[in-house]
Amino acid sequence: MRPRFFALATAAAVLAGASLPASRAVAQDSIYVPLFTYRTGPYAGSGIPVANGMHDYLAMLNERDGGINGVKLNVEECETGYDTKKGVECYESVKGKHPAVINPYSTGITLELIPRAAVDKIPILSMAYGLSASADGNIFPWIFNPPLTYWDGASVFVRYVASKEGGMDKLKGKKLGLLHLDAPYGKEPIPVLQDMAKKYGFQLLLYPVPGKEMQNQGSLWLNVRRDRPDYIYIQGWGAMNPTAVKEAAKVGFPMDHLMGVWWSGGDDDARPAGPGGTGYLSLDFNGVGTDYPVIQDILKYVVDKGKSQVDSKSRVGENLYNRGVFNAMLIAEAIRNAQQLTGKKVVVGEDVRRGFESLNITEARLKEMGAPNFAPPVHLTCADHNGHHAVFVVRWDGTKWVKISDWIEPIKEEVLPLIEQTAKEYAEKNTGWPKRTEPCDKSS
Amino acid sequence: MLYREVGQFKTSYTSDQAIFPILQDRLGIVAIVIAAYLIGLTGGDFLLNAVLIPFLIFSLAAIGLNLLTGYTGLLSLGTGAFMGVGAYACYKLTTYFPNVNILLWVVVSGFFASIVGALFGLPSLRIKGFYLAVATLAAQFFLEWCFIRIPWLFNYNESGAIEVPQREIFGIIVTGPRASAQTRYLVVLTIVAALTWLASNLVHGRIGRMWMAVRDMDIAAELMGIRLLPTKLLAFAVSSYVCGVAGALLVFLWYGGAESTVFDINQSFQILFMVIIGGLGSIIGSYFGAAVIYMMPIVLRAVPGWFGLPLQPATVEHLTFMVVGALIIVFLIAEPHGLARLWQIAKQKLRVWPFPY
Amino acid sequence: MHLLYQIFVDPFVQMGTAPDLLAQTLWEGLVSGVLYALIALGFVLIFKASGVFNFAQGIMVVFAALTLVGLYQAMTRLGVVNPTIGAYLALAGTVVVMFLLAVGVERLVLRPLVNQPDIVLFMATFGLTYFLIGFGEYVFGGDPQVMIADQLHLPRGRIDVHVFGGVVQMQKIDITAAVIASVLVAALAVFFQKTRIGRALRAVADSHRAALSVGISLETIWVIVWFAAGIVALATGIMWGARSDVSFALEIIALKALPVLILGGLTSIPGAIVGGLIIGLSEKIGELYWGPLLGSGIESWLAYVIALVFLLFRPQGLFGERIIERV
Repeated sequence: MRPRFFALATAAAVLAGASLPASRAVAQDSIYVPLFTYRTGPYAGSGIPVANGMHDYLAMLNERDGGINGVKLNVEECETGYDTKKGVECYESVKGKHPAVINPYSTGITLELIPRAAVDKIPILSMAYGLSASADGNIFPWIFNPPLTYWDGASVFVRYVASKEGGMDKLKGKKLGLLHLDAPYGKEPIPVLQDMAKKYGFQLLLYPVPGKEMQNQGSLWLNVRRDRPDYIYIQGWGAMNPTAVKEAAKVGFPMDHLMGVWWSGGDDDARPAGPGGTGYLSLDFNGVGTDYPVIQDILKYVVDKGKSQVDSKSRVGENLYNRGVFNAMLIAEAIRNAQQLTGKKVVVGEDVRRGFESLNITEARLKEMGAPNFAPPVHLTCADHNGHHAVFVVRWDGTKWVKISDWIEPIKEEVLPLIEQTAKEYAEKNTGWPKRTEPCDKSS
Repeated sequence: MLYREVGQFKTSYTSDQAIFPILQDRLGIVAIVIAAYLIGLTGGDFLLNAVLIPFLIFSLAAIGLNLLTGYTGLLSLGTGAFMGVGAYACYKLTTYFPNVNILLWVVVSGFFASIVGALFGLPSLRIKGFYLAVATLAAQFFLEWCFIRIPWLFNYNESGAIEVPQREIFGIIVTGPRASAQTRYLVVLTIVAALTWLASNLVHGRIGRMWMAVRDMDIAAELMGIRLLPTKLLAFAVSSYVCGVAGALLVFLWYGGAESTVFDINQSFQILFMVIIGGLGSIIGSYFGAAVIYMMPIVLRAVPGWFGLPLQPATVEHLTFMVVGALIIVFLIAEPHGLARLWQIAKQKLRVWPFPY
Repeated sequence: MHLLYQIFVDPFVQMGTAPDLLAQTLWEGLVSGVLYALIALGFVLIFKASGVFNFAQGIMVVFAALTLVGLYQAMTRLGVVNPTIGAYLALAGTVVVMFLLAVGVERLVLRPLVNQPDIVLFMATFGLTYFLIGFGEYVFGGDPQVMIADQLHLPRGRIDVHVFGGVVQMQKIDITAAVIASVLVAALAVFFQKTRIGRALRAVADSHRAALSVGISLETIWVIVWFAAGIVALATGIMWGARSDVSFALEIIALKALPVLILGGLTSIPGAIVGGLIIGLSEKIGELYWGPLLGSGIESWLAYVIALVFLLFRPQGLFGERIIERV
């Protein structure tokens, strides 16, 4: 009885192991676009609007145009819960289905996937998050993080402060605080801020928020009260943001001296603070509201037909929703570009990588897409996978975000050398890091 | 019928004390090990990468915790951090000595975890029960903080994360992104099997009996001449060693890179679930527990897909949480001593089958 | 030498030179201490009466707060125009829901697990936690919600007290929290000491079997303590929710209660309060004055280390019942 049972079990296990890959061969008449999203867990507050935006734009393309150049997009969400373990599991489950591109939507998951991308030949789009150094296309041919890195963002913050104070030379002696999540994501802007602190003579104060204390920031704000920083830059995510804004309002920190990175600029981040949160600033690179033809199309083709997961129509056009839409635009444009480059209708990861590398979304093209002035024109090259594009500042007026500045260029001379250096270090530390062998396409 | 010990005589103490006294059990184990290696040679990427490799690694961690909680009766919530110590130690070692066989470092890194574990085990002499559990949380949070705050640990990487460099053994790539799933699976399987064998021998020997005496009542054990402090510290050290190796395997042979959040409190809880569901004080139970806790959500997530139910992934996730929660309670009600106990009952039934007694 | 100066002299110099900041820190420490104590209270109630280390207390806080907000939104949709009436109706509704939860937990989890080892019951509350996370997210969605503090007429704004040539800012909501916590504790203490049910509760805590033999119904007692813990969770949820927002991240604050618990002793209500205050104060002062030495963020483990040190001297916590072991 027993040995037979084990023989059977062995046979079954071997069979199961052998048959799994076979069952995954999918008919390829559509382009497979997996979206790693999180609608559950502590970070769902930031994750849900982004997920909705990405999903709805791609769904709109399917409804309105029948996909991209006549090829339907097969959009599939995989729930990660912002958990690295589940993210890796998602990656393993989608990688056999020839994904066009992967959106990890978590810096932690991105870091795990960066080394795998080149091996599995799947490009990774970590839009304005992930590893800043991966902007270097010569070392990271498969990773893309347009339109700008956290380092660019931090440099814009410094530039904005300087413009308020009346010039770069006025920064001397000022105190700039960084309130950040105590995790790799939150610590990302530190090196560039330190470099700039040395160069421009301001003092950098760090206020780390441990992940467990996201909603319990009392002592940090005591520190703030002691140090009296002139400006604070927030690099937070999830429940940390609304708590920070609320605490700042509580202790009477001037709201117009508090600026969040683009991920700290969700509507749900500012709203809980009530009237006290009015005036809170955030960096941003996508337009807010529904006054764009593309958002109107999403409303018409997706939301009104009940094909979206948004819980009320009023949430369409929120900042993070539109962020998701912009992310999906980049995916779609890269696919379109890949189709043009290869002449194939159904493109897979390798083609889409080329599509990204010669991506050039001009202002005219943005207008064509129904998104005039919605986002910065994005131009990528083989060497530069980021673009280091400009951002603007938005202000919370109590009910919605309002654009209050022009496009501000990052301080590239600070950021670019740092990127080159850290990318090189990354490759050196990882013995056997592959040299770039992928050929370079001319920009379209 | 076949599972019968009639005619198998034990003619020496050695054979009476064998871990698997029954011939069929020995055959079964051999069959399982062969099957496990066969899967490694034939299995697909998803099966190996997303299911079996993590399953084996978590089983190992569960065995580690089981030595402490199940065999010695010391409740610990710091497993995740001890795994982290192993992983970071392995990372530091292999970056300092890149030419030494990586598997050696994986095995050695456990010793660092065991030193740290023994250190945090010191209060266990005075503190007991849930008080001790919360005290081990001090280890969890302090070490987690160290992983973030001490840049030396991650070689001053700007990203604050550790990335696994590529390492080869005899020309075969074992770690790093270009190592094939098969290779990594076979390496993990070998290490896990070896440590399981070691742990099993340990708990069946003198040390194991000392631990169990301490678990059942430490004052009584002390009166019988077991010195409590060395025994408890040894339990902490061995347990942390196994967990540390599991942590090193987790990062080097599964994730391929890690940030500190990988070793957070939820990781500790997850391993504890595995131990309790699998059965406290049972090596095989650790495997059952890891299978249930780790694989159940994966299977549950796939269920709606098999029937073509049009559920959103978020809804599936919610349902998964509810079902996992309910199942934990149902398991506990059905068999509070864990799956290992069910396994024993089944074996007993098989022994006498087809007769009831 | 410099390091010693930084550790032993500098912080006190700072305290002396900015006494208003010190006062503010003490106030913040007290407030967070009270809030920690509030969470710890939920644990103590259940542990005292049933010996269950209820890990689900954290998620019960979230669940109660989400139910409150969800019911209020439902009221508004149903046409209850007056926000005050709506809010208080929702509050009443939440109390009913927490009662149903207590009954459900007793029926489905505790009753079948009677007489099992502690660790099994502990594990069962983990199962409960998972279930409530899934259920809560399924019903209310994962979006963070804004606590209906204004509708409940909780005060907002702050009082500035001018002392030591500086300002100490006291949030009115924090004062309210402190008052509510004190009232809850006083009410619970009276309930435990003076009422019939309270006496039955203490009997159950002493010995399940002896209590059963004198005719105390374990079922009723368990429903009552879980219901009381549910009410405490609701109060906690409102207070913490008003400080930030109501989302599933709030569940993590349950971990803040654990050092408080073991410091005060798992079975003592006054212990929860005193433990909460000690942890709250030392955490804030430690983070502010000694944190920068270590690179900040020490708050995440400081409380545990303090609790650990106390435990080395009193293994049963400050107010815990003395553990007597016999062979």
